[in-house]
Amino acid sequence: MRHTLSVLVENSPGALSRIAGLFSGRGFNIESLCVAPTLDPTMSHLTLSTSGDDQIIEQIIKQLNRLVDVYKVVDVSEGEFVEREMALIKVKAEDDTRAEVLRMSDIFRCKIVDVSPKTYTLEVTGPESKIKAVVELLKPLGIKEMAKTGTIAMLREKKTI
Amino acid sequence: MAKLAGKQIILEVLKQEGVDVIFGYPGGAIIDIYDALHQDGAIKHVLVRHEQGAGHAADGYARATGKVGVCLATSGPGATNTVTAIATANMDSVPIVILTGQVPTSLIGNDAFQEVDIVGITRPCTKHNYLVKNVKDLAKTLKEAFFIARTGRPGPVLVDIPKDVQNAKTDFEYPEKVELRSYITHPEPDHKKIERAGAMIEHSKKPVLYVGGGVVMSESFDELKEFAEKINAPVTTTLMGLGGFPGTHPQNVGMLGMHGTYCANMTMANSDLIIAVGARFDDRVTGKIDTFAPHAKIIHVDIDPTSIQKNVRVDLDIVGDCKKVLQKFTRQIESSSWTIDDWKDRFAPWWEQIRAWEKRHPLSYKYDDKVIKPQFVIEKIYDMTKGKAIITTEVGQNQMWTAQFYKFDKPRTLLTSGGLGTMGYGLPAAIGAQMAFPDKLVIDMAGDGSIQMNIQELATARQENLPIKIIILNNGYLGMVRQWQELFYERRYSGTDFEFTPDFMKIAEAYDAKGIRTDKPEEVERVLQEGLEHPGLTILEFIIAREEGVFPMVPAGKATTEMLLV
Repeated sequence: MRHTLSVLVENSPGALSRIAGLFSGRGFNIESLCVAPTLDPTMSHLTLSTSGDDQIIEQIIKQLNRLVDVYKVVDVSEGEFVEREMALIKVKAEDDTRAEVLRMSDIFRCKIVDVSPKTYTLEVTGPESKIKAVVELLKPLGIKEMAKTGTIAMLREKKTI
Repeated sequence: MAKLAGKQIILEVLKQEGVDVIFGYPGGAIIDIYDALHQDGAIKHVLVRHEQGAGHAADGYARATGKVGVCLATSGPGATNTVTAIATANMDSVPIVILTGQVPTSLIGNDAFQEVDIVGITRPCTKHNYLVKNVKDLAKTLKEAFFIARTGRPGPVLVDIPKDVQNAKTDFEYPEKVELRSYITHPEPDHKKIERAGAMIEHSKKPVLYVGGGVVMSESFDELKEFAEKINAPVTTTLMGLGGFPGTHPQNVGMLGMHGTYCANMTMANSDLIIAVGARFDDRVTGKIDTFAPHAKIIHVDIDPTSIQKNVRVDLDIVGDCKKVLQKFTRQIESSSWTIDDWKDRFAPWWEQIRAWEKRHPLSYKYDDKVIKPQFVIEKIYDMTKGKAIITTEVGQNQMWTAQFYKFDKPRTLLTSGGLGTMGYGLPAAIGAQMAFPDKLVIDMAGDGSIQMNIQELATARQENLPIKIIILNNGYLGMVRQWQELFYERRYSGTDFEFTPDFMKIAEAYDAKGIRTDKPEEVERVLQEGLEHPGLTILEFIIAREEGVFPMVPAGKATTEMLLV
């Protein structure tokens, strides 16, 4: 089972390394990771996707909480939440495929952020499934390069972490 | 406000924290702190002979006293030499603070002479660690380090201090309190869960209290005894829990696990309710996990939530300080209408079964009048010290025989490396304990293998005139590994037969200690008498039966009921 964890952590040197080390040292997996400071610059918000059975997820949450630098851990995938990833995709766009790339971009509401005689660079945001779909459809047209963020997530409605 | 240099701030904080002795070894990156120590003169410094020894000595001091132990090392190799000691303390939840010198901040990351990223290296084996880059943060950081080391589930905290920070000056004010928004020390036990535990205990017919080092760490000795006596349940302890419940108490069924008593393992395996207090279901305790206590419901009390539901699924988790939870258990039990006699009646059939197990296979060994049996030596030491000594051990057979045949009646009287199993722990730990308690009898139970791992610390003990008694059980083997090879590797003694062993009597002489050696069973008592009464550092060497094993033994990966008996 895939879980998305939101972690509030002190914005201190070594905090990220402690978290990464915890995962490797205890044999847990990190599928994606995103970190940035919160509105309060002394605190960072870290979103982490991982997988495992209930016992493993419970251990991950407890082990994270045990770190002195970790303020709070919430498994946002337990409740209603929104999640987004962003990808930049450089696609081959020559005479015969130029129009097709544009059409795809339109359908998925991507933005064209860079144009060259032989390529388009698309910016796409959405849940992981959407990014996957875009990638699958663009592949036959020729993806030259791709950069992708990890997941960021937020609980719906009034709930905050 | 006074302006102080970093090195002076360190000493001020140590004094404020009540530190009276530190263990260390100087070097270029920490020379300034040593200079301040010399000028100040208020804190006793014990000069070890290897930084690992400093770490273990601080650990031994902490385990014997319950206070935070402190050690000091220089950058680079000095710092890396402490790593084994730090990992040892981390596995056994021992509060120590390690201060390391670091190259000046301007050189960090440049591969400077004796530079190593000790904060990076020790991140996974400390409870927390710091690199102090600004002298203004020094006092606050040190205060936090002590606070984190001793609160919650205790553990080692390392503070790395660059040379320029040691010398930079700032206004010094000792912070009144620690504010760490992300660190919760003592969660309050949930009252509803205490009530549920009470009901589970009342419903059980075959309960057992399984207690670990948490009971010793949290000073819950009296609370545990009161609760155990109130419900008349059998008590089994882990290696770390020895001394947490009186070894001579009629309800004590002995240590459990790989080298536990037949009775303790059978009691666990057949129980219908395990009340685990300050223990963590380590693989040496559970054996094969699928067959562990198949009929038992489990209540697990621990201050560290990560210990719960880690190795076994439990039915009721209670996160909290063992001392508080045990008090609440007792109050909960008192609130029921059951009298002491009711509890006795209820568990009478269970006790009958337990006593039968006890009789069937008590801890035993075959006395021999030709060759010394190690168990005999330990029994005699117990008789002669009446259980009043502080015993440290090395790791291996010497450790297990000690755990089995010495009855620990008081907490903090057995100092041993349980989780990490660090050979070479015993001697430096004995130094730490003897520094804390100069008038107590401190004995290091060693093998001929493990004593050689930190044997250089004899010089430390001699320099400080510490009357430590070192018992070497010499079988010329790395005995525990040899035992595994005998039982599971068709006696292929690969790398375990010492073809050369130094003359320990000459070592005793070289270090100006008293040395007595014997290989005759009839001399054991006389040698112990003479050695234990000697007022100085003493090495007593017993040439023991070469292939004596530690039994019972649960082979690794087997169910705890599949014990190999003598």
